[in-house]
Amino acid sequence: MTLQYYLLLAAALFCIGIYGLVTSRNVIRVLMSIELMLNAVNLNLMAFSNFLSPRDVTGQVFAVFVITIAAAEAAVGLAIVLSIYRNRDTVDMEQFNLLKW
Amino acid sequence: MNLAEGVQFVSFMLLAGMMLAAALGVVLLENIVHSAFLLGMVFISISGLYILLNAGFVAAAQILIYVGAVNVLILFGIMLVNKQEAFKSMPNAWLGKLTTAGVCAGLFALLSSMVVATPWAISSEIAAGELSVILIGEHFFSDFLLPFELASVLLLMALVGAIVLARREYLPDELTEPTAEVFKLAERPRELAAAGSAKSDRGG
Repeated sequence: MTLQYYLLLAAALFCIGIYGLVTSRNVIRVLMSIELMLNAVNLNLMAFSNFLSPRDVTGQVFAVFVITIAAAEAAVGLAIVLSIYRNRDTVDMEQFNLLKW
Repeated sequence: MNLAEGVQFVSFMLLAGMMLAAALGVVLLENIVHSAFLLGMVFISISGLYILLNAGFVAAAQILIYVGAVNVLILFGIMLVNKQEAFKSMPNAWLGKLTTAGVCAGLFALLSSMVVATPWAISSEIAAGELSVILIGEHFFSDFLLPFELASVLLLMALVGAIVLARREYLPDELTEPTAEVFKLAERPRELAAAGSAKSDRGG
């Protein structure tokens, strides 16, 4: 297995995540798409770490940091979703336009 | 291609196909609960890919944190805001989806042409393997010490922020009560009395 396969796989996952982020109308699905994109980045980091500098595990250290940030992001994101749901009584992205002109 | 490479190739193809199918299901399926469970499948497939990349510790952390915490959190979020509503249909929604699909396909074409064209400096060293846990720990407590401590502070901030955002500020029933009753104590305070005269009051 070479590096290119992993990079292509991560690129495909990232593009699927972008598509879901833009087109989905349920807020929770948007959060799931963000998680997909973060995982694609992690896969890139791990592939580079394994193929370009195998003795040095710096890529794995970065991946652990990204996992930590993603967990914090999911918690705060879901809290924001709950708060908006209580105020607006909907989970439709098209109706969350409070800050839009 | 010897036996080990063949096994690696077959496992990679299985995991990659499973991951891409599950990711498409996360984005495209109608039912959001199915999407959440497919997201767990994506996380587990990526954990398998990490094992193929000689990173056992991060694979375990991926399963523990993503499947055990993030996915369960998302399922709880779905249950808390589970409103069966039909979204109002937007005019020209198909145009936006088509444009987004085109942009994503273009981005993928760009990235893949870059990946294929770049001459990567592939190293021929043996991977750290089992030793990687020790190396990650050494990195955490030597040259990545400041980001490590900052990550703990950030997790604390996220914890406090999530609690502040998600808790209710007031109970709705208490607003309707008249405000004049606020200062009344439920238990009547005992009257202060002098030691001599109190006995006659109580006895009578």
